[in-house]
Amino acid sequence: MAPPSSRRSGFSKKAQFSVFTGYLLAGVAALLGFGLLLLSLWQPSAFAPLRGVASDAVAPVGTGTAIARSGSQSAFASIAGYFRAGSQNAALREEIEIARVRLAEAEAVKAENRRLKALLKIEENEVKPIAVTRLVGSSATSGRRFAFIGAGRGNGVAPGMPVMSERGVIGRVLETGHNSARVLLLTDSESVLPVRRAKGDVVAFAEGRGDGLLRVRLVNLGINPLKVGDLMVTSGAGGYYRPGVAVAVIAKITPDGGIARLVAEPSATNFVAVEPIYQPEAVALLRTPPGRDAVDESDPAPTAPDVDDE
Amino acid sequence: MMERLNPRSRSDRYGSRINRTQDPWRARSVPYLSIILASLLPVLLIADVMPLAPPLGFLMLMAWRMVRPGLLPLWIGAPLGAFDDLVSGQPFGCAVMLWSLAMIAIELIETRFPWRGFWQDWFTAGLAAVLVWLASLMLSGARLTPEMLMVALPQALLSVLLYPILARMVASLDRFRLARARRIG
Repeated sequence: MAPPSSRRSGFSKKAQFSVFTGYLLAGVAALLGFGLLLLSLWQPSAFAPLRGVASDAVAPVGTGTAIARSGSQSAFASIAGYFRAGSQNAALREEIEIARVRLAEAEAVKAENRRLKALLKIEENEVKPIAVTRLVGSSATSGRRFAFIGAGRGNGVAPGMPVMSERGVIGRVLETGHNSARVLLLTDSESVLPVRRAKGDVVAFAEGRGDGLLRVRLVNLGINPLKVGDLMVTSGAGGYYRPGVAVAVIAKITPDGGIARLVAEPSATNFVAVEPIYQPEAVALLRTPPGRDAVDESDPAPTAPDVDDE
Repeated sequence: MMERLNPRSRSDRYGSRINRTQDPWRARSVPYLSIILASLLPVLLIADVMPLAPPLGFLMLMAWRMVRPGLLPLWIGAPLGAFDDLVSGQPFGCAVMLWSLAMIAIELIETRFPWRGFWQDWFTAGLAAVLVWLASLMLSGARLTPEMLMVALPQALLSVLLYPILARMVASLDRFRLARARRIG
């Protein structure tokens, strides 16, 4: 098909000018885009207010699809439950017997713990979530891994706050709109999280690889103490996350640490909780250049004292 | 008489030709609204592992540009790209630049090869989609790792394969756009 003849300018000066103006405008637009791109690569938070308005507009629709998504997930799960129902039933019975015993033991440990803590005068402070909300969307076309949640500045959410699901860490709030916020997921290749092994004091950094796995890099190089199946939890270094929240399970050992799988997959969660920053004073201290805080959350300096060799 | 023999005798595929005209609002807004909706649609997916969805907004723009040359102004890549940037997670300005460049490139290709067919359109749109895919990965604000490139490959494949479907969709949207919906008198 040839382009319509109305678009051939011929000898008409007016048509020639309108074609020329079209090219000129498009060229200027491309240059403008290049300038804006450089600006936003240099200052990633430069257009945060604009993005906040856009995500505020999308969030209500996203809430609807999030409800539909969790509904369809449970429907699939209940269909899948019919297969293997008998063998699963027997296995679960056995498991619950063991769990009852363990629960009784845990109660005893808990009581002892409380007694010892009272003895040491350590006060228990429960972390109260600032907002409980749904994941309403994500950047599915981009190479970056961002998610949108349905709570924002109006609910008290501020940049830097950790986002948790019932299983573990999801990510960290990056930008806020009025009733929505953008979350940097752990799998993003710019996300770095200070972690330690759940048992023992192996300190490491969990970096996103951009392909859904985390690269766990040990702070102290030497003999790699990690094993496949080790659970990594937040260490509390950096001040953003409270310590002891599950992050990832080691799936493969590398010379400098391991490759780990996420414990809390954002696509499998219904509700997430936005928690306050664990130690705001420490974060404020670490956040020296205010523009760069989107990426480098973990200054290695505060982790150095509690590093322990094995 | 004619009406009784064939009820559709006085209508064409855009509806009845008597007493009806196109709705100007619909005729002007459908292309832009459909591209904006296509930009928004992937946001509703939860992609925590890898980029799952092809850049639907860009593909829709390409499809409108190919199926209906001359309908969209040459500079339309900038405003539509700016909207896409707000929701796509790319740094702002990425799609403004890439979409404008793509529109200029296709305009130049069209003046060079005025007679085109479906296969050439698919080739052009596919090539543009792959180049934009690669450029957006490189300009995403994070360093491009081999792992990232590997997991994003299905996205490139999908965006090439999706063009024919989107072109058909745009053709039916175009029929909807030009349907004689407004009653005169």
